[in-house]
Amino acid sequence: MADKRLRILVAKPGLDGHDRGAKIIARALRDGGFEVIYTGLHQTPEMIAEAAAQEDVDAVGLSILSGAHMTLFPEVIRLLKDKGAGDIAVFGGGIIPDDDAAKLKQLGVKQIFTPGASTEDIVKWVRDNVAPRQ
Amino acid sequence: MSDKKKWLETSYRQSAERSSRFSTISDMELEPLYTPDDVAGSYDEALGHPGEFPYTRGVYGSMYRGRLWTMRQFAGFGLAEDTNARFHFLLGQGQDGLSTAFDMPTLMGYDADHERAQGEVGREGVAVSSIHDMLRLYDRIPLDRITTSMTVNCSASILLAMYLVVAERQGVSWDKVGGTIQNDMLKEFIAQKEWICPPRPSLRIVTDMIEFCARNAPRFHPVSISGYHIREAGSTAVQELAFTIADGICYVDEAVKRGLKVDDFAPRFSFFWNLHNDFLEEVAKLRAARRMWARIMRDRFGAKNPRSMMLRAHAQTAGASLTAQQPLNNVVRVALQAFAGVLGGVQSLHTNSMDETLALPTEQAVMVALRTQQVIAEETGVTNTVDPLGGSYAVEALTDRMEREAMQYIRQIDELGGMVHAIDIGFPQREIAEAAFHYQRQLEQGIKSVVGMNKYDVPEEIPIPTLKIDPAIEERQIQRVRKIKRERNSIAVKDALRQVSQACRSGANLMNPICEAVRRDATVGEICDIFRTEFGVYTDPGWI
Repeated sequence: MADKRLRILVAKPGLDGHDRGAKIIARALRDGGFEVIYTGLHQTPEMIAEAAAQEDVDAVGLSILSGAHMTLFPEVIRLLKDKGAGDIAVFGGGIIPDDDAAKLKQLGVKQIFTPGASTEDIVKWVRDNVAPRQ
Repeated sequence: MSDKKKWLETSYRQSAERSSRFSTISDMELEPLYTPDDVAGSYDEALGHPGEFPYTRGVYGSMYRGRLWTMRQFAGFGLAEDTNARFHFLLGQGQDGLSTAFDMPTLMGYDADHERAQGEVGREGVAVSSIHDMLRLYDRIPLDRITTSMTVNCSASILLAMYLVVAERQGVSWDKVGGTIQNDMLKEFIAQKEWICPPRPSLRIVTDMIEFCARNAPRFHPVSISGYHIREAGSTAVQELAFTIADGICYVDEAVKRGLKVDDFAPRFSFFWNLHNDFLEEVAKLRAARRMWARIMRDRFGAKNPRSMMLRAHAQTAGASLTAQQPLNNVVRVALQAFAGVLGGVQSLHTNSMDETLALPTEQAVMVALRTQQVIAEETGVTNTVDPLGGSYAVEALTDRMEREAMQYIRQIDELGGMVHAIDIGFPQREIAEAAFHYQRQLEQGIKSVVGMNKYDVPEEIPIPTLKIDPAIEERQIQRVRKIKRERNSIAVKDALRQVSQACRSGANLMNPICEAVRRDATVGEICDIFRTEFGVYTDPGWI
């Protein structure tokens, strides 16, 4: 049975320009066999949720290094639900303290990767934990 | 057969190498040994004494025997009064210059009450929306005696205007105000990615500031041409060097086109380098940069004033080299990186704090970082000899090679029609992304090591304390900016903003109208909105 290729939106919310990680992850996911759409920088949660719904992706990976993760992650999740796309898996990475990561997981973020995570780990996690949307 | 070949085949080959390939962190392959044969050019032509052309050995004759570098720790968080307290703490600890970090909304030209500022106010730096915040930020800091560096780019014209208005209100005339504003928009498009308008109008604003400072605030450095962010984005050392010098060439070109004489503004250009882990590569980069700039200014731009040819630089240890794992190890990394900066002859230095990969630094972590510089300055003895590494075969050979490879890039950029066009087609951006990906793969394959991360990791780590920013700060700053907007003379503000719009259209220098708008309590966001309307908004092409 031919697997549907997973579609992943790599998104960069917030005002900061730290896109080194997002670009590396986008490229590693693409090399890992997924279809990857990269939003570019400075996206609002609204723009990300809209892109995710329109592009019909299976997962959204958010990269945040500005310290605004406690505002932006929950907002993306809320907006996805509003658009009837609450089943899109949301994961993320960045400079995110452990206790914030725990709270974000309670709020519905599937996984948080922090500095030092390898691209291999992230590709493997997506492969093991993201299913094509029905 | 040369002596070196003979040596390689006899003495060197007596034991096996521990690796099949040796390269710098930028993956520049190294020879096992450098000898006098590897060093090109005569002493006078390639090096010269310190303080003499081409300044390879340092821009000042006496270097740190005359005066130590300026210890300038970058600081900013929360409300203006929080950062002001940190400034006074740092000055009390023996720091001699200030360096201001602004929060993301300020850096991107939004007031705290804008929806895009949500969650970001005071988080990565200090929140400044109006002149009143700026007055609190530099409260009890005499601007004629303390020099300040401000890290801000696309909204830099407004922050510079505010700084000058603070000086006015302290009774300090503009010709006595010294400091530096980063204001390097080209590297924003290349690496740091904080922008409002497209490259060409952005460059026009930068050039307005260069012109304005040359005429009105001659002690102020209107641009700090920055390799730091290029390196943090994942470039190699050669790319950092090449793209930064190429940016400098573009600024000189623009100012000359404006009708300024090169020697009237170039002495106030300064540079900002990254200090990464690979010790000799960093020393070579700093030395090559000075030689390249000196030659370019003399030969390409016909500069006559030696100060136009002297590349003076601030440097900061590499944030991206710090690890969240075993963060105490970062103290050691920072010390070695700073040591490379000092042996490379920088004029000003910021040492990162051990906890900066986790959060903004705590006061204790900042103190260790500052003490690191003081230990290098006062205990190691390396400051007692000028350019002590000069003449090392390895250092000189690497310096030559960095210059050669960087000049190849600069020729390539010239052939593309200059840096703005190179940016339009994504040339430097893609080169950097490629290098970043290459390094990441080398890390994951274990070809390159990061101690405590991909090697010598431990399962249970001892956490260190981190700085927490009170979320209530955002609401307080929002209330402050709303109060100002309610209580100011709105007709006077509108009139001043109209003058800024007119200058945008007419091509008149923007700085005087911006200064006047700031005096009348126009905000950062309002003035940047004019840029958005008049010049358009740049969006990330999102290349991967």
